[in-house]
Amino acid sequence: MAKQLVKKKKKSAGNGAAIDSALDFNSGWSYSPAPESTDHIEIKDKYGLFINGKFVRPSKGKYFATINPANEKKLAMVAEASEEDVDKAVKAARKAYNNVWSRMPAKERGKYIYRIARIMQERAREFAVIETLDGGKTIREARDVDVPLAAAHFFYYAGWADKLEYAFPGKSPQALGVAGQIIPWNFPLLMMAWKIAPALACGNTVVIKSAETTPLTSLKLAEVIQEAGLPDGVVNIITGAGATGAAIVNHPDINKIAFTGSTAVGKIIQSAIAGTDKKVTLELGGKAANIILDDAPIDQAVEGIINGIYFNQGHVCCAGSRLFVQEDVADIVVRKLKDRMESLIVGDPMDKNTDIGAINSKEQLNTINKYIKIGKSEGASFYQSSCELPSGKGFWCRPTLFLNVSQSHRIAQEEIFGPVLAVQTFRTVEEVLEKANNTPYGLSAGVWSDKGAKIFNMTNKLRAGVIWANTYNKFDPSSPFGGYKESGFGREGGLHGLSAYLKI
Amino acid sequence: MPKAKSNTTKSRLNIQKTYKIYIGGKFPRTESGRYYKLKSADGDLLGNICLSSRKDFRNAVGAARGAFKGWSGKSAFNRSQILYRLGEMLEGRSAQFKEELVIQGATPKQAQAEVASSIDRLIYYAGWADKYQQVFSSVNPVASSHFNFTILEPTGVVAILAPEKSSLLGLVSVIAVTIAGGNTCVVLAAESAPLSAVTFSEVIHSSDVPGGVVNILTGRRKELLSQFTMHMDVNAIVYSDNDTETISKIKRDSTSNVKRAIIYKGMDWSSAAAESPYFISDVQETKTTWHPIGK
Repeated sequence: MAKQLVKKKKKSAGNGAAIDSALDFNSGWSYSPAPESTDHIEIKDKYGLFINGKFVRPSKGKYFATINPANEKKLAMVAEASEEDVDKAVKAARKAYNNVWSRMPAKERGKYIYRIARIMQERAREFAVIETLDGGKTIREARDVDVPLAAAHFFYYAGWADKLEYAFPGKSPQALGVAGQIIPWNFPLLMMAWKIAPALACGNTVVIKSAETTPLTSLKLAEVIQEAGLPDGVVNIITGAGATGAAIVNHPDINKIAFTGSTAVGKIIQSAIAGTDKKVTLELGGKAANIILDDAPIDQAVEGIINGIYFNQGHVCCAGSRLFVQEDVADIVVRKLKDRMESLIVGDPMDKNTDIGAINSKEQLNTINKYIKIGKSEGASFYQSSCELPSGKGFWCRPTLFLNVSQSHRIAQEEIFGPVLAVQTFRTVEEVLEKANNTPYGLSAGVWSDKGAKIFNMTNKLRAGVIWANTYNKFDPSSPFGGYKESGFGREGGLHGLSAYLKI
Repeated sequence: MPKAKSNTTKSRLNIQKTYKIYIGGKFPRTESGRYYKLKSADGDLLGNICLSSRKDFRNAVGAARGAFKGWSGKSAFNRSQILYRLGEMLEGRSAQFKEELVIQGATPKQAQAEVASSIDRLIYYAGWADKYQQVFSSVNPVASSHFNFTILEPTGVVAILAPEKSSLLGLVSVIAVTIAGGNTCVVLAAESAPLSAVTFSEVIHSSDVPGGVVNILTGRRKELLSQFTMHMDVNAIVYSDNDTETISKIKRDSTSNVKRAIIYKGMDWSSAAAESPYFISDVQETKTTWHPIGK
């Protein structure tokens, strides 16, 4: 069906006709709703803080609501951890480190982490549903990407626990102590796994704070940790907003800070701990170039562009938010891209047909809309798909792109963290490398070409920590992830991810 | 030779050395026209040393950035050979380095040992230049059908506050690990003992190290510290003395552009722990590349 349509359009292009027709899935046939069931899911009305192996009341008795961004309904009340609560959590982590975790044989430590992985797999559906309800991402993504990758991450690092000396030739690596970790709302459970798994494998204990808008799967993970029988205090999971995060960063008995989030906050953290011996790793923002050369397999590249920017509503630090297309294929790429955008379904995240779910929060939707306004006022050509948005409540944004973008435009320089693509064209490889690298960020990049030599020339010269060639937004526990320049430092994943949690 | 005192016991007048800074493969005087007097322990004037300005620093960063593409693009084998050549050149001029260390306060025995260790250190890192990549890289067994590998790449332009205590060996150590991995650098020589750094720039100049790869300034640390820490086109900063206030400042200011702050607090550069490929990896970034495996 799709192929025929494309063929038809090629013909009309030959005739010089304007090409406005798109892949229209709504006339003729449409998808029936295919919602994932929430029957088996248990979400409590109120959650405490997970400190020293138990859910406890926050010391100030304060709670805040977490909502479903697809309908703005309250899902649960969640505790707001105060400085006092953070202190309690750090004390529990320190005690667990001194008395239990640092004395336990590494093999046994590994076995606990394996247990966590296994229980997560058993409860995968539950995690996927709650992740979708709480964060707005599509159930397809939560089910196929977030949850399996999170479990795989625990599996991968579990095995490292008793093999650390093989990772660092000539050294005998030691644990750091208590790790304080702060994670964002775009991959709530996966980021928990990225932080907790290597920290535990390396022999540290943990105090971790999940993001304000997405606390639920972190609290479900606390249940898993209880179920796994992990000694009390080894992992402490707390909820709250910026002030709670600051209390972690500033706590004097924490040895290591690991943060994933915006570059602005990362800089504040780096500055706050400047006078201490705390070790730090930062995984910050990005503005990745996704580069389409004229010899690229165009259809695959278009899929890669779509996946690069619209995956997870564009709430991805490594999103391919700057598209660079070589001039002689720009027309066809943009045409196919618009066609493909038209086929994307924006709607109920719980529906298995949905491609783009709900924007995570009102605040984030405002940010995205602000940038769309800026893009228009700076003179770039605005284009959005014509898809219907769900009526009623919820936070939604159509897949968006801007053409005629120049390097100086803010939409080409600043991280938007939404489904907004800035398209630029180029003539030569030298030119696009210059443009792609001309950013303070350096987290990721994409290159599309059928020529191996060309690809490796470019992957070598792009100044970014993760480069996808003829693919995009792929992740794996064995694959190190992290940025150059203002995208942060330190790696998560793979052998290289270990050094963030060790004295080497 | 570096003594500024005219020696009246000899029949001819000594030619005094003018100590210059080293930027972009050239030996300019500081643009500021300022200098400070370096004196020996006995109070003898050893030389007028350039008081580099922030303009000198900016010029040096420009030179380092300009040289980065070429230097990082050289083969590891080539970089290895150039480092070896540095060692050879230092060996050839060891008498001069010994003498300079002695007039700056070292005993002849200490000077002898420091020069020997410095030469050996260059040879050590010359050997690592084409090997560390194999030790620190990996092919990653991802679950999907992709070829995935991780390699190290140089961080970029590195600003180095050369160790105050170990004015030759420390200097050679931090420069060697930085350039072995393909970085370029701007170095501020030890303020109290800058002669070795100035003479080392002459060694660099005669050793096939392209201009701009290593830039060496002399001057007041206090005056230049903020330039080193705040410059937006510097990717990393290296410090190995003990001053906690300076360390805090470096870490704090590094947030300006998320510089890598590499602190070797109180490092004894003559110890066994001061020699390892991990120093090279400290000024490297980690790049992971994915490519599909077709059917």
